[in-house]
Amino acid sequence: MQPARLSVVTAAAALSALTAVTGCAEKSDAEDGSGAIAVTAKDDSCEVSAKEFPAGHVRLDIENKGSKVTEVYILFPDDRIVTERENIGPGTKASLTAEVKAGDYEIACKPGMRGEGIRRPVKATGGTAAKRSPEMDAAVAAYRTYAQQQADETLPKAKVFTDAVRAGDIEAAKKAYADSRIGWERTEPVAESFGDIDPKVDLREDGVADLEPGEKWTGWHRLEKALWQDGKLGAEEKALADTLDKDLAVWVKKVGTAEITPTSMANGAKELLDEVATGKVTGEEERYSHTDLVDFKANVEGAQKSYELLKPVASKNDAELVAELDKQFAALNTLLDKYRADKSTYVFTSYDKVSGAQRKELSDGVNALAEPLSKLAAAVVE
Amino acid sequence: MSEETTPPAGTAQPGTDERGDTGTGTGRNERTAEPTHTGARERTDEPTHTGTPEPTDKPTHTSTPEPTDKPTHTSTPEPTDKPTHTGTPEPTDKPTHTGTGVARATAAPSRRALLGWGGAGLALGAAVAGGAVAAATAGEDRTAPAAASGAAVPFHGAHQAGIATAVQDRLHFASFDVKTRDRAELVRLLQDWTRAAEQMTAGDTVGEGAYGGLAEAPPDDTGEALGLKPSRLTLTVGFGPSLFDARFGLGDRRPAALVELPKFAGDNLDPARSGGDLCVQACADDPQVAVHAIRQLARIGFGKVAVRWSQLGFGKTSSTTPEAQTPRNLMGFKDGTRNIAGTDTAALGKHVWVSRKDGPAWLVGGSYLVARRIRMNIETWDRTSLKEQEDIFGRDKGEGAPVGRARERDEPFLPAMLPTAHVRLAHPDSNGGARMLRRGFSFTDGTDGLGRLDAGLFFLAYQRDVAHGFVPVQRSLASDDLNEYIQHVGSALYAIPPGVRDKDDWWGRALFS
Repeated sequence: MQPARLSVVTAAAALSALTAVTGCAEKSDAEDGSGAIAVTAKDDSCEVSAKEFPAGHVRLDIENKGSKVTEVYILFPDDRIVTERENIGPGTKASLTAEVKAGDYEIACKPGMRGEGIRRPVKATGGTAAKRSPEMDAAVAAYRTYAQQQADETLPKAKVFTDAVRAGDIEAAKKAYADSRIGWERTEPVAESFGDIDPKVDLREDGVADLEPGEKWTGWHRLEKALWQDGKLGAEEKALADTLDKDLAVWVKKVGTAEITPTSMANGAKELLDEVATGKVTGEEERYSHTDLVDFKANVEGAQKSYELLKPVASKNDAELVAELDKQFAALNTLLDKYRADKSTYVFTSYDKVSGAQRKELSDGVNALAEPLSKLAAAVVE
Repeated sequence: MSEETTPPAGTAQPGTDERGDTGTGTGRNERTAEPTHTGARERTDEPTHTGTPEPTDKPTHTSTPEPTDKPTHTSTPEPTDKPTHTGTPEPTDKPTHTGTGVARATAAPSRRALLGWGGAGLALGAAVAGGAVAAATAGEDRTAPAAASGAAVPFHGAHQAGIATAVQDRLHFASFDVKTRDRAELVRLLQDWTRAAEQMTAGDTVGEGAYGGLAEAPPDDTGEALGLKPSRLTLTVGFGPSLFDARFGLGDRRPAALVELPKFAGDNLDPARSGGDLCVQACADDPQVAVHAIRQLARIGFGKVAVRWSQLGFGKTSSTTPEAQTPRNLMGFKDGTRNIAGTDTAALGKHVWVSRKDGPAWLVGGSYLVARRIRMNIETWDRTSLKEQEDIFGRDKGEGAPVGRARERDEPFLPAMLPTAHVRLAHPDSNGGARMLRRGFSFTDGTDGLGRLDAGLFFLAYQRDVAHGFVPVQRSLASDDLNEYIQHVGSALYAIPPGVRDKDDWWGRALFS
């Protein structure tokens, strides 16, 4: 990670906080039926009393008639969360209010609080709804799913790492370290859009000087230094492992609320290559563990995911650019594969064993991809 | 008012690009409406973006002659399709526009719909294509002292500009490795580079300019030369021996004379500062203009080529204008007094340009360039007595006169010098008449880790044949006393193709055809 910067995603998130899309959950005592929509959640169904409602203030009165704990969401067409209510136990009631603009939405019940949930399309009417491209919505929704999945899968991997730290097992912790970071590295721009999480979990040693008085250096790289440099896992490190688990859990919760647009996806892909160019190629990111190539690969994978999802739109607007990007992604992946014996694993050559000439070659490969990638955003703004 | 509504006389309407937002300078920006054939831009409109009135008939700098801003010799060998306009003396501003004059195709409003936040307004329509470029005539005379005017040096000609051109003040030299294995892609790159070089040497931005384009796209031009004059920018391309390997099927076109340089006594070459498949020499009177030029070419090249090494230079150390004072190198000495003048057609023909009988055909009108990064042990040199310094060079420090002579340009009397004196060993009379056109620059790349200046001479020499130029001279310098204070740390050799003839020609066309 770099010192915080206002990425496109962040700017959007900051702005969306000012728009009239706010959710809040509250206990449902009032049964006045003042235009509230009744949602009946069961283990295999999600009944909604109205398909259309006027835009503006909306209230859902939820009842869980199933046997599992459930969650209820109002979602934008691209799966971004308008508002949500979690932990609605079997046989209990809850309510949810939100300010929504005119447009299409989905109400989702998630029995067992997992997966896509059971979706019901609804429409807020009146006023003017922004016109959206279904193709773009699909791309954004798919990317949102990917980002969430990466975050979800990171938690157990991070726990293997933090468990080893807590157990004082240096070797096991070293082994689990790089793997625990892959999901984060793949979706870093999304994670960075929540300005408060990134510095807690991914701050490098050079950023420590910028911490506020009283703030402590926490996260992966602090533990990296303990493992590879100090060779000790004491009480402080074990506490840091708990903190990392906690901070990552917050990230996992927040991912669904990230503002994502085709433009921010394209810029995010470019930013991932920036990360590689300024941090990984130089060996600064993983200065003690030298696992830079794992991060490198994960950054490229994340960028490629965004690109693949945007490709249908981009190829209509700029076929030449798409051909070039296909070529350069392939070339960089081929180059990276030279540094791992088994393509089914993320075991890469330690970066301190990568020569200056080889780093130059990797850097050239990054430039070759990043330059056309910087033109992707323009190719999806139509 | 845009060029679209008032196309320059005699030019076709610009072809508008459907989307016009991803121009990379890679073939999408073929512009037919660029009236820069003569390095002069016809003004067809008033610039609306500047608050300063253009001078229309009086140059503002009256202290200098203005040899380049008026075509004085109309006997130009090159046909021009436009009457040279008089009455437009030198402009005082460089165009600060998007450099195209091509109107954007109508931008769909829907583009903005997804940008609820941020993003500057999209400039609709053509940007103002204001500003003219100083009109240096497209002749063979590239040596007029145009520095004072910041004029443009014509890009097109029988030979590449930047060789016989009067030496500019600043250098940015870059060597590239070709990364692509696709010959057609390499050819396209050379074509794109040529078009960008035409724009930049005329004082324009590349591609679609530095601003005013789509807000979501990075601008084609990086923008740091906006508002600067052409500054006599020249861009000179060369091909290294390694380009002629199996990759592009150029093996049989490799000139016999393009061999790897032999190892010379005292060489301590860093491979990372040596060699390269391609080179570009950018010279200009303004360092920012030279750096900007290399930066644009490097960017256009990403994915096709990669910068292998580059070198900044300042304070020209050689002069190709004999009436001028020989500049001093960082040792404080005038060196290279007997350089070939850019106006000495006979000497250029004899020592610099590759002739028909030299071959190969694609290189006729071209040359060979030797580049050497020569590090000076500045601190130890500065502790050397005046007498020893003068003995080592074979000249006096003040006037630059050879030993036993009075004036700098007096003919050296070699026997009066020590057998190990630099001038004596380098002199044509000691090397079977070997001469080169030297165009070196001083460099100071900060300090090394030991607190010593990382400084010296970036030696550049153009010659018709390396075997009768640099090689014998450098061999005879093996016993040069100067070697105690210098070390060659970088080295490269390139074949320099002939000039780009016109707007349809491109760098290296004859080689790849």
